[in-house]
Amino acid sequence: MIELDEIDHKLLRALAQDATQSAGALGRQFGLSQPATWRRIDRLEKAGIISGRELVLDAEKLGFGVTVFLGVKLATKGRVSLQDFERAVSAIPEVQTVEHVLGLYDYRLRVVARDLSDFERVLRRRIMTLPGAGDVEANVLLSEENLPGPLHHG
Amino acid sequence: MQPDDTDRRLLRHWQSDPDLSMADLAERAGVSASVAWRRLEKMRREGVIGGVRARVNWRALGYAVQVSLRITLEKTNPRAFDEFLVAARTIPEVNELQTFLGRVDVRLSVLARDMGHYQQVYREQILSLPHIADLEALMHVAEIKNNTALPL
Repeated sequence: MIELDEIDHKLLRALAQDATQSAGALGRQFGLSQPATWRRIDRLEKAGIISGRELVLDAEKLGFGVTVFLGVKLATKGRVSLQDFERAVSAIPEVQTVEHVLGLYDYRLRVVARDLSDFERVLRRRIMTLPGAGDVEANVLLSEENLPGPLHHG
Repeated sequence: MQPDDTDRRLLRHWQSDPDLSMADLAERAGVSASVAWRRLEKMRREGVIGGVRARVNWRALGYAVQVSLRITLEKTNPRAFDEFLVAARTIPEVNELQTFLGRVDVRLSVLARDMGHYQQVYREQILSLPHIADLEALMHVAEIKNNTALPL
């Protein structure tokens, strides 16, 4: 693991908010030259600390009014059933994230839908019919904040 | 504004490869660069596009433990939600905060270097948050799919 200093943390924090900022603009903000800033960003990418970039879209304005988090318990367990479940659930376009978790549920899913009746269709036709799916708990997302997390700032 | 097929096509290609240059994006979507630029600029202005952000891999930063804390709040106090959220935002190890309609009221994603660190954050910071009625933890084992893309 590479050692990061305070400036690396500030760069990460800035890029996690807006990855379109140029190395020159970020450098001016943090008192670095453009090449020095570029080298630091390159190092963060090569170390896998910046794992990629993502487009932030307003789901509601694009017609996806409902986001639901599902906790799913598998009815049968075993190596094969985990793999079957994971493969099938990952192929559903409305399912954005699939996390394998330990606790009350086996998987945590994030699902987008146009509205509640569209969500019901996805739930009944696609999720409840997944191989091995057992108990499902649904919580409808009301609000969401992404925080910087444990990065220094100043 | 209602995004049309061209808008959706642009967004579909862009979200599947956020590093694309404007010229490549326009080509994949089958429109001229100036049309692409105008469409994206309009969607940016109207808030359909919020921006592009870097994804931080916390594991590579040394945060091996990620826990989802699902919290039910004491709803007898009308200020419970607000007071809880204000306090939760000040914990540096919390990197996501969501509120729900359902059995769970709030979810916090908590990052920690190891189980010892997690226990410290849990005892010293999480348990002192106001208005918690019930709390359960889901420990993150593996990410199977993470695609914030919309099925446009």
